[in-house]
Amino acid sequence: MSVQCGVCVIGGGPAGLAAAIAAEKEGAKVVLIEREARLGGILKQCVHDGFGLVRFGEKLAGPEYAERYLDLLKKTTVHVMLHTFVDNIRPHAMGWHLTVVTSEGMRHIIASAIVLATGCRERTARQVAIHGTRPAGLITAGAAQYYTNILGQLPGRRCVILGSGDIGLIMARRLTLEGAQVLGVYEAKPVPSGLPRNIAQCLNDFGIPLHLSKTVTQVFGSERLEAVEIAEVGSNMQPVNSVRERVACDALILSVGLIPENELAETLGVELHPVTKGPLCDQNGMTNVPGVFSCGNAAHVNDLVDYVSESGESAGRAAARYAAKERAYLDIVPDSSFLYAFPQRVDVTELGEKTVLFFRSRDECDRTRVIVKQNGRELFKKTYRKLRPPEMERVAVPITAVGPVTLEMEVLS
Amino acid sequence: MREFICITCPTGCHLTVEGSGDEAKVSGNECKRGEAFARAELTCPTRTICSTVRTAFGHAPMLPVRTDREVPKDCIPAVMRLIANVLVKEPIACGETVIPLDPVCEGTLIATSNLLVR
Repeated sequence: MSVQCGVCVIGGGPAGLAAAIAAEKEGAKVVLIEREARLGGILKQCVHDGFGLVRFGEKLAGPEYAERYLDLLKKTTVHVMLHTFVDNIRPHAMGWHLTVVTSEGMRHIIASAIVLATGCRERTARQVAIHGTRPAGLITAGAAQYYTNILGQLPGRRCVILGSGDIGLIMARRLTLEGAQVLGVYEAKPVPSGLPRNIAQCLNDFGIPLHLSKTVTQVFGSERLEAVEIAEVGSNMQPVNSVRERVACDALILSVGLIPENELAETLGVELHPVTKGPLCDQNGMTNVPGVFSCGNAAHVNDLVDYVSESGESAGRAAARYAAKERAYLDIVPDSSFLYAFPQRVDVTELGEKTVLFFRSRDECDRTRVIVKQNGRELFKKTYRKLRPPEMERVAVPITAVGPVTLEMEVLS
Repeated sequence: MREFICITCPTGCHLTVEGSGDEAKVSGNECKRGEAFARAELTCPTRTICSTVRTAFGHAPMLPVRTDREVPKDCIPAVMRLIANVLVKEPIACGETVIPLDPVCEGTLIATSNLLVR
């Protein structure tokens, strides 16, 4: 049994929902694949508010934001496949042949274009090299969020949070509201990696201490976590041997970063960017493999779901329009003061009036002017009061087909 | 002088307030909402409370909820105690009332998901 479609979207989170809706609106027959029982992706468990300020001008809870898109999806004829897992994707005369596993067995999908909306994964304890055993109670922030908000089970009573990423901060508040004691948030870097507003409303509001330049070096306990060892981190980012303390706790919650999920992409020969860890993309999210698009957190980790939806829409539209043709690209080259810019290149055969660019600064800087130039000519400039790596900035720039695009930063005052 | 981080939007402006009461001067805000936020922080800070309530539905043991408005920050513990005692037995839709917040403050607790009705 096989299904034929114009666009196959993989992943039913905010990026995939927006991509599927946009692709059908553009005239394509669309299949949307989701491995879980319900659409919505990670928004299902993000019960806190703050979503949708850009899109809807409202502060919505995560599930509420997802409902807006599920309502739109209901009005479409998008073929949704739940409980479906993509086993492999191979080239096909019509585009791509996807072999998927469903609750009814194996199925085949033939699609002209693919949108990868597979989101991102959390870094784990193994990836941050913490010594010791692996007792129960060692858990990533997203898993702790799933236990708390979906299953209604508290992952611990005395919690230590490692990493000051936004999910860790959100969970510090959430666990406190549910009656757990959050002993502190420990961050190895000298600056917090979450948004300042989350430090304020999640930690300061509840008197939860934030310890900078400190990290967890070891865990203790056999069946259940009993304690962690905290060490001060020197300026070389290595733990200082002399300054260590033991903190008794029954849960260590890790909020130490997110990595775009691109296992499927890699099997297709999609080239990844060393910094974003997502595919090298053009302004519509098309990767180096023609007809394969990437969007949302699979392309690069975003801080706002509103931008995830936006990128899903542009990838969905472009995938619906996709046709093999001669293309020409211009690279987008940020100078060394940027952590990265996204997309990495622009397809000049697909140029709109304005091209949306995202960037993060490499370091925290006060009053800074960002200038986008093409062929040495200023296309756009904006002065920012503060630029911080955790805060992604979005600009819309009138890029034309005439030459390389550069992003430059000038620190003022 | 007091300092706040505005939580109204992701920009997270660093606000500074000089003086007090109607005389208070707010700076550091990029928009009007920042000024209103700082004034509220000085007099009666408010927050939206987001949480979950238990349900009687096996496929969905928890229903996400939030207060339909910002409630005084001091009320957070009391609102959480109300929330802890809720068991949802009806399929409440997104936006519908779960319980009134009457005993504690003005407002209602609303569902933020159609989990029980889809």
